[in-house]
Amino acid sequence: MFELDPLVLSRAQFAANISFHILFPSITLGLGWLLLFFRVRYTLSGDTHWENAYHFWVKTFALSFAIGVVSGITMSFQFGTNWPGFMERTGNISGPLLGYEVLTAFFLEATFLGVMLFGKARVSNRAHLVACALVAVGTTLSSFWILSLNSWMQTPTGYLIEDGVFHVDSWMAVIFNPSFPYRLAHMLIASMLTASFLVMGISARRMRLKVDGPGTAKVYKAVVVIAMVLAPLQVLVGDLHGLNTLEHQPAKLAAIEGVWETHSGVAFTLFGLPDETSRTTRYALEIPYAASLLLTHSFDGEIRGLNEFEGAHPPVAIVFWSFRIMVAVGMLMILVSWWAGWELLVRRRERPSDTLLRASVWMSFSGWVAVLAGWYVTEIGRQPWIVQGLLRARDVVADHSAGVMLGSFTGYMALYVFVLVSYIITLRHLSTKPAASLQGPGG
Amino acid sequence: MDYWLPLFFAGAMGFALLMYVILDGYDLGIGLLLPLASEPEKDRMIAAIGPFWDANETWIVLGVGILLIAFPKAHGDILTAMYVPVTLMLGGLILRGIAFDFRAKAASLYKRMWNNLFALGSLVSACAQGWMLGTYITGLGSTPFSQWFAILIALTLPALYILLGAAWLLIKTDGPLFDKALHWARSAILPMGLALLLVSIATPLVSASIANKWFTWPQGLRMLPIPLLSTLIFSGLLWLLADPRRLSEGREWRLFAGLIGLCLLAGLGLAYSILPDIIIGRMTIWESASSTKSLLFTFWGAIIVLPAILAYTFVVYRIFRGKITSLTYE
Repeated sequence: MFELDPLVLSRAQFAANISFHILFPSITLGLGWLLLFFRVRYTLSGDTHWENAYHFWVKTFALSFAIGVVSGITMSFQFGTNWPGFMERTGNISGPLLGYEVLTAFFLEATFLGVMLFGKARVSNRAHLVACALVAVGTTLSSFWILSLNSWMQTPTGYLIEDGVFHVDSWMAVIFNPSFPYRLAHMLIASMLTASFLVMGISARRMRLKVDGPGTAKVYKAVVVIAMVLAPLQVLVGDLHGLNTLEHQPAKLAAIEGVWETHSGVAFTLFGLPDETSRTTRYALEIPYAASLLLTHSFDGEIRGLNEFEGAHPPVAIVFWSFRIMVAVGMLMILVSWWAGWELLVRRRERPSDTLLRASVWMSFSGWVAVLAGWYVTEIGRQPWIVQGLLRARDVVADHSAGVMLGSFTGYMALYVFVLVSYIITLRHLSTKPAASLQGPGG
Repeated sequence: MDYWLPLFFAGAMGFALLMYVILDGYDLGIGLLLPLASEPEKDRMIAAIGPFWDANETWIVLGVGILLIAFPKAHGDILTAMYVPVTLMLGGLILRGIAFDFRAKAASLYKRMWNNLFALGSLVSACAQGWMLGTYITGLGSTPFSQWFAILIALTLPALYILLGAAWLLIKTDGPLFDKALHWARSAILPMGLALLLVSIATPLVSASIANKWFTWPQGLRMLPIPLLSTLIFSGLLWLLADPRRLSEGREWRLFAGLIGLCLLAGLGLAYSILPDIIIGRMTIWESASSTKSLLFTFWGAIIVLPAILAYTFVVYRIFRGKITSLTYE
């Protein structure tokens, strides 16, 4: 008989929570800096189009921020309600990192968000700029701490283990663990791209609906330039991150590339269906030697295969496919942003072509797809470990009955689907409104 | 150090949770009162918490964060035992938080729905928090008696929040809404007093170790000021509400200040009842504490950053001082 495993349900619930949560910080992290940019442009130039841009986009920011906060609170409680063993074993390390996130980031962003949204008429322009900057700094600091912890779970360093409990040996080694700089850079760029493509997409929709004429065109152009620079840069950073994974998490990398057996001169599999029972990739479309060349910078470089990690490697197909989806979206981002750049900067067109605007609208949430796919690669790629090589997820899960877990999982899912649908409906609704009609405090 | 650090963090956790109850208490109270107000009044009530609610809510993250940072062994036990109320509270907080933002941005067609969800989210969160508090005081007990006790607190904590919400509205509003808030405060004060009394009587009944602390001679004598002062403050609140002139222009903060005093005393009483245990009768703060090295690392951050947080919170409350007029907000 089919039986529900509480471990599977706990995992599914946490995966649903973290997937839902990451959508919103990945917008606010980038959008916060874009809002500051709009405010600074207005302050320096006096051009009210930038002020209008701020007033329009601060609404989306406030909404995304609120959803990010409440889903983040859910996460912080679920460490305890569902994964108590994780904190019991690693509390000495993960506790302070989370603590510093609350102390240095959460209060800063939440408090000054109030001034940013409601205080424009009450404080000077300079004070309001400072508030906007502090909110942007707060969201970035928040990602610094949480990514440090996440990276430590991927590439743990600076610890000692006594009686199964982790202790800190060196804080510098814990915080600046080997994968942290790459993951931080990759995520910060990812959120700038997510925000840029959202702004691009909604601005394109507004241009097609002829809302806020020249102001919308200026915003569109500004984010096109940002995306043109960051999308290729992301490929470079992603590549470095991949080399780091090869060194520290070879099992994850073998799953990404679908390398079943250790060998040299490895081909890069463009497409294929990884099959774990026969341990082969069916219908594989391969570029000979490309994986070895990319990862070891030599044609006959050796890559360790999944055979070396039997029983301790992640599910292959989902990691393999998530990676390809992420890369494909990244390539689309380069294509669309450079196409827009060619029209706006080289051809110097006043108004982008309708085809480009349509393409931009389609790309509105492309950042979400890439961010989710990327996180699935890194998080599922770490399985079955919760702390790579040291602690398994199944050893730290809470002992709830399948019934309780099914109830909470269903409840969360219903809530998340409802919020996500409302969010997209509201964004569509907002995008038809002229910025002037949205003025006034209240985010 | 091994002795003092866990004590410091227990104090900091108590402080964060007290701040949460007072600050998000008034947000949740206003959410509970929302269905009683007219449509334009609803906008003003939400405007009265607009700049603050997000930061207010952060105090519970700090509270549970300190539990996790400093007492990881208790953290898991407490939160797994409270799985159902915690899940309900989180659902409520999600609804409340998103409704706050959606109601101002969605098409007006949906505004009524978001207002209702705001109230529903506040109600679920408030009751769930009462349930959690009740479960905690009984030492995570699961006997029928302790479950009834948890339900009792689940039903009474909203009364405190309603009173805090009404008291906040007295500070932030004027005109007919002010009069309504006064009326709400008057209706809520006796239920809250009764609830406080019931909880005070039931707590020692439900937990023998708490009874032992309060009713042994002469140990109990030292804590006599807590019930005495509470009674005094409560009488003062009744006196304030008896005559509107006692809360007129320039004096409207008195009710809120009195409630802060009451919450502070309740918090002290609770701390005395529980400490040095972190889970009553099962685990002390020292048994569940993180390693001293980790605590010290967080300690230095906390003593530098916490005063800064309090300072800029104060600045933001200064920026938004005074009554909200219907003109200031949409």
